[in-house]
Formats: sequence, C-alpha cells, structure tokens
Amino acid sequence: MADIRSTADSVFRQESGRIIASLIRVSGSFDRAEEAMQEAFASALASWPEKGVPANPGAWITATAHHKLIDAIRKEQTRRDKQDSLLYETETAGMSSEPDFQEASMHFPDDRLRLIFTCCHPALNPEAQLALTLRTLGGLSTPEIAKAFLVPEPTLAQRLVRAKRKIQEARIPYEVPPPNRLPERLGAVQAVIYLIFNEGYAATSGTELVRNDLCAEAIRLGRVLCEQLPQEGENVGLLALMLLQDSRRNARVMNGELVTLEEQDRSLWDQAAISEGVTLVERALRLGPVGPYQLQAAIAALHVQAKNSAETDWHQIAALYEKLLEVSPSPVIALNHAVAVAMSAGIEDGLKQIDNLGHTGALDQYYLFHAARADLLRRLNRCSEAAAAYERAASLATNGIEADFLKRRLRQMEAPQSKQ
Amino acid sequence: MRYMMLVYTKEKESGLTSEQAEELKAAHRAVIEEATRKGVLQGAEPLGPTANATTVRVQNGKSLITDGPFAETKEQLAGYYILDCKNLDEAIEWAEKIPTACRGGEGCIEVRPLPGMPARSGTEAIAGHAATLNG
Repeated sequence: MADIRSTADSVFRQESGRIIASLIRVSGSFDRAEEAMQEAFASALASWPEKGVPANPGAWITATAHHKLIDAIRKEQTRRDKQDSLLYETETAGMSSEPDFQEASMHFPDDRLRLIFTCCHPALNPEAQLALTLRTLGGLSTPEIAKAFLVPEPTLAQRLVRAKRKIQEARIPYEVPPPNRLPERLGAVQAVIYLIFNEGYAATSGTELVRNDLCAEAIRLGRVLCEQLPQEGENVGLLALMLLQDSRRNARVMNGELVTLEEQDRSLWDQAAISEGVTLVERALRLGPVGPYQLQAAIAALHVQAKNSAETDWHQIAALYEKLLEVSPSPVIALNHAVAVAMSAGIEDGLKQIDNLGHTGALDQYYLFHAARADLLRRLNRCSEAAAAYERAASLATNGIEADFLKRRLRQMEAPQSKQ
Repeated sequence: MRYMMLVYTKEKESGLTSEQAEELKAAHRAVIEEATRKGVLQGAEPLGPTANATTVRVQNGKSLITDGPFAETKEQLAGYYILDCKNLDEAIEWAEKIPTACRGGEGCIEVRPLPGMPARSGTEAIAGHAATLNG
C-alpha cells in the first residue's frame, strides 16, 4: 500500500499539471477540473492495491479523471436549467450538450501552455498568479503553498478562490496569446517562474536558506515552457539560469552555515545540471535576441565553469553585467557590475562604483548592498568600516542563515587577530 | 460577455482647447464606428463634469443630498462604453483604443464584466422587499 501511495504521489507530481490542463480545457472550469482529478486519484488508491498498478499510471488517471468529469457534467446537465451563466466557454470545447471525450481530446499538446498563460494573466494580481501557478501546474497543495510563502492557509485559500472566480466571471481566456501580445505576456510567465525559483533559492525568511522543492518546481515549469515554445531565447535562458544556480545547491549551506561561492566545495556541484545548463546557454544565446535571463545564465555559466574561484573569468562577467545594464538597468544589476569590476579591474575601482551607487540611496535598505560593500572593505583590510557595513547588512537580512553568516563576518572584523 | 468600460480622466480647470476637443471627439467616434461595424457596441455615452454631479444618500428613510461626486479621486468618471466581447483579452484590446483625455489630463479605463441581473431570484428578492415594506 505504501508503494502504491508513493507511485500515486509521484504520478501526481509529474502529471497533475498536464491532466488538470486538459480537464480545464474540456470543462471550462478550474473547480470542476480539480474535483475530477482528485476523484481520479482517490479511485487509483482504491483500485490499484487490488488490481495492481497499471502499465501507464498517468494515462490511467487521465482517462479516469475525464470519465469523472463527464459523469459530473451529465449529472449537472440533467439537473440544471438550460442556461448556465457560471461556465465560461473555451475556444475549442464549449459546453456542448454532449462533450466529445475521445482519446485525442485528452492531450492537446498546448494545454499546459494555455493554462500557464491563464494563471499568469496580468489581470490577476502577482500573488494570485504565483499561487495559482503552483496550485494548478505545480500540483502543490494549498497548505504547501501557504507554508512556502509564509502566509496563513485561509489567506492563501481565499486568494485562490478569488483568482479562480475572476478567471471565470471576467472571462480571462484559456488560450495562448496572439503573436503581437506574446512578448509582454511571456514576460509575465517567466517572471512568475523565476519568482518561484528565487523564493526557493534564497527563502526570504525562515531558518532554511534553500527550499529545494520550490526550485525543483520552478525548473519543471521552466522545462514545460521550453518544450512548448522552444524558439524563445529567453525561455531557454531562464531554464539554463535556474539549472546553473541550482547546480550549486549542495555546496551553499554546510552544517547550517552559508558558504560563499568563493569558498564552496566545487566537487559538490551537480555536474549533470551544469553541463545541461551550459549547453542551454549556448543555444539560448544563438536564438537571440539576447535578454536578461540569457545574460544572467551566461554569467552563471562562467561562475560554475571555473575550476576554482581564482580562475573565474571576472573580465567576461563584468562585460556581461555591462550588457545586462543596457538591457535592463537596475540598481541591483549596477551593484553586481561593481562587484565584477572589483574582482577584475581592482577592488578600489569596484568600491568606488559601489559608493557612487550608495549615494543614490536606492539600495540603502538592501542587505546585499551592504554585504557586498563590507566584503570589498574586508578584502582591503579596512576592518572597522567593513564591520560597520556587515552590521548594517545583518540588521537588514531577513533569512536566519544569511544573517548568521553576516554576523560571523562581523565578529571576524571586530577581532581581526582571531581570524586564523 | 458584456463589459463596461469606465472612462476615467483627469479633470483640468483649463479643459481642452477646441482643437483637442475635436480630436478627442473624432477618436471616440472612430472607436464607436469600429465597434458598431463589428457588432460589439451595446452603448456608449459621455458623462457631464463632476462639477454638475449631485450625490443622494438615503439613510433611515431620510435623504441626504450633497454637491459633487460620491468620491473625491484623482481621476474622474467621464463616460462609458458597453461592449460585447469574446473574453477579457478582447475587452482589453478595445480598452486600449478608447481615448481618456476627455477633460484635459490622460486617465485610464476600468474594465468591468456585466454579469446581468439574476433573472428569477432577483425578482423574488424585489418582491420580498416589497412585502416587507408594504406589510
């Protein structure tokens, strides 16, 4: 039974996004689709122990869910009035009186793609986009999402209910946007996926730095996007970026302590993810036009390809950051550029850039600004200034592990003689 | 699905020059003509300025009448369109075409779906109230 449970769980993780996407297309309703899918999984748990796990469990669940959906719709149709204003019709399958449930209708290749555009529609607020994407395409439960984003469960449940209601009542379409709209809408989808990844990569709060579940989920969604729209350079760039960042996950925290990129044990890096990521970066850059995800992926590739930190190609990294500043200027990218300049042209040069950036005040509340500045001051042996900057950074950091790291550095600066 | 496009605009003391006013009228007319041609238009009308607005609030059977619009906002309601669209994306496409500088400053369009009056239960509710009120 435990085996069957875990088979069902893994089918759920792998296939629920695909299944729910096709159920939504056919039924035109998120709620109905979810209900049918849950019933299908319940049936699986009831019948598999006796009859054995089918050869293709995903297909079994898909077919069962579709049958549950027909049953539910038929029951309702005999009961309800002719007119049903609650259902919004989808382009391909409105609620005809006798829906067509042939095999072919179960797997439209672009079901998940439509769904991701619906979930990330700009008419939904960003929190709702995130929650809905994780819930429907990621198959995460409401409590899991609430826990990941540290919001009370009822708040998150309410957010999902409102979003689904708006999709239905304002008729947010269930379709891939036309080519003239694709760039802006695709940007929103990429942003949601990257936000999920970042929340996993550096959890904004809590005592765990990395939440591998969220990273894995974002990578999975990134793969879906690449499979569906493989010619979009930024889709490939985004997936490459996430894979390359994630390749260092096992080296980033040791015994509950943060380890900087410079000090990480490179043998712990995931070589499979690195080689996939590097191949993807090359493909992404060839696809063009070059956007921020491709450039960040290229930077990440340079970091992970260096055999040790001394061999890092900081000149190239600085050049890529400069390009990134042209494509999407922001104070945070300017900060990263300054660090790359410090590591390639000279620490004093980089520090000067950072201090110029500091005068604008834009990053004053950003702990990484103070942490980066502190690090350069430390390298210049300007210990008391470094200590002050570490202190400020630690006071702004919201993640426990990051704050601990900064405090440790701070103590080293206050007692430089104790450092080794 | 019918959508109401609420045209919000920034009212400016100076208003529009006659040239701007003509331009604006022409732009609205173009939208109305296109929407009519495509069979989408259900209604469209400008509103008078908020300076001519009167707010009526009935509380405990007493009516309180005040000068001006219901809410003091940065942008004011200047008119509306009702368009029958396939879905929200189509409604957004229309909203992008509607000019918003009706009273001087550029504004925005709020797109609201019109769900329609619930047929039966609605009348029942009204009848229910009538019974309560008339005894």
